Amino acid sequence: MWYLCVFYHRLLDYRKPEVESLAELFGVFDDYPTDQQHSLEWKLPQYHHPDSPFHFVNLPSEDIARSIANRSILVKGLYELWGEGNSYEELEESIKGYPEERKLPYLNSDSTFRISMDTFGKVMSFTEQNERIRGLSYIPFKGRVNLKNPEHNFWIMETDDYGSNNGLPPVVKKRIFFGREVGAADRKLLPTYELKSRNYLGPTAMDAEVAFLMANQAKATHGKLVYDPFVGTGSILIAAAHYGAMTMGADIDIRVVRDGRGPDCNVWSNFKQYGLPMPISLLRADNNLPPWRPGLFEMFDAIICDPPYGVRAGGRKSGGRKLLKGIVGPYIVPEEKRTNHIPSTGAYSLVECVHDLLDLAAKMLVMDGRLVYFYPVVREDDSSSPSFPEHPCFKLIASCEQILSFRYSRVLLTMVKIKPYTEDIAESARLKHMDFKENHLKWLEEGNLHSAVFSPADSNSSAGDDGKCGKELKPKYRGKYV
Amino acid sequence: MKLLTHNMLSSNIKGVTNGFPLGIEAEKVIERSVDMNPDFLKNMFSKIEWKPLVEASRIMGYSDLPEDVPDSSVLDSEEFLRKFHHALLEIHLEEGALVCPQTGRKFPVNKGIPNMLLHEDEV
Repeated sequence: MWYLCVFYHRLLDYRKPEVESLAELFGVFDDYPTDQQHSLEWKLPQYHHPDSPFHFVNLPSEDIARSIANRSILVKGLYELWGEGNSYEELEESIKGYPEERKLPYLNSDSTFRISMDTFGKVMSFTEQNERIRGLSYIPFKGRVNLKNPEHNFWIMETDDYGSNNGLPPVVKKRIFFGREVGAADRKLLPTYELKSRNYLGPTAMDAEVAFLMANQAKATHGKLVYDPFVGTGSILIAAAHYGAMTMGADIDIRVVRDGRGPDCNVWSNFKQYGLPMPISLLRADNNLPPWRPGLFEMFDAIICDPPYGVRAGGRKSGGRKLLKGIVGPYIVPEEKRTNHIPSTGAYSLVECVHDLLDLAAKMLVMDGRLVYFYPVVREDDSSSPSFPEHPCFKLIASCEQILSFRYSRVLLTMVKIKPYTEDIAESARLKHMDFKENHLKWLEEGNLHSAVFSPADSNSSAGDDGKCGKELKPKYRGKYV
Repeated sequence: MKLLTHNMLSSNIKGVTNGFPLGIEAEKVIERSVDMNPDFLKNMFSKIEWKPLVEASRIMGYSDLPEDVPDSSVLDSEEFLRKFHHALLEIHLEEGALVCPQTGRKFPVNKGIPNMLLHEDEV
């Protein structure tokens, strides 16, 4: 059945992948042949731009639609559409034409209901809203009105017909929708988990909304094991734990995972703060040299992480700076100092870090398990789509861009494990690992995002030294900025 | 550190071929109750190396696990699941060390966090 799916007008790239991940989680694709694409059918209302918050989606049942909407972060509501039109006259005709047997069960006298009004791209006074709600008197509502806790929620939604709306290209004609709400996102979750009230924070803690989106992309749920190899203060695992997943995290910085800022301000206390089950394990380990036993495969149901890109925080790996550059041989730690020795670490380029991450995920994820991680891209002027890391064991199913600055974005990549890890793959990963080790400087140079993001603007623009020129480069259409 | 984690870790020092299972030096062992999830346990059962788990739990002071790898039919037994759950998830090594079986190198465990980072001459 087709439902009207209205999104919050933000993080546009993330909206459909979230709904599709949740559809998969709630079993919509269970009977699909394995080689078939797991995607839903979508339609746009007439004249609407793909970035519009209004979409239609085909879902197998109302129960599934409700489960998806209630767990989502970006679905403002899924509605059974009773009518739509370009004017209120057309709307009336459309509602009257909707089958009685679909409407009557929700209009009977022992039910309670509420009608709300929502607009997109325009502001409407309370009087105008009331007028429109009263205008629906042709629908035979028999139930009692209950504004606080009604059984049935009805919505009129109106878009505007002039100018640009919220940064989107103008909608040619105004459209009015009327529908019964089936489910809606629980955004109350976000103030509960917002970073400003969290006890223990690091400089790159993931904000709650995005962390929850990541957990949804990873299909985190009860009884699943989710791993974050760059756990930091645990901000991503917290979202996974909220959905009932078991969590495990590692970090190379022992101060972060072990000590935090004291006994009541550390990763554990963050989980305690929200009454979530503690992680199964936190450990200090290097993503470049993971300490998992050789025979261990297919342990995690999902790996979710935000690898260090070297812009706000750089990655580190084992081996000292000078050692990796080949200036000195390995420092032999004297026997008496071994217990408390703090090994030095060297810079860890993004390319190598992502290579290690994919190799780890290929080995340690169950079949069909998901790797969900952020990957930074420099925003080039030409609009060619960026290329993302690939791996023979994985299929990329979603890439969602979030623009961070004029210079760079981060893209949330969702990859699904479709092939088992083989010895050949392990061997080529080992060779690549050696290559990274031997050509440390070269890879560090090539994998450097920091300079692209922070170099002065002048060095980028060729001849044009006119300040205005730069301003005009900014696209007028700012869909992804919302 | 729970014994599930112990069962997953090995010493990855350069040149070490038999890094699993790590020995345990227990200075402080604590027990913390965790909600039991039978599906999770059944899932983990197939991935666990049994003998190392039995040995590790004995060092930590718990010896109720059967010595030999049980048949997977025991997973229907509530009593077995409870024991397995306790050994895997409720016994923590709070202070102590994990010991590389080949070189004797100690990986310290402080405040429940195993420090698996290698020294410069071990990578």
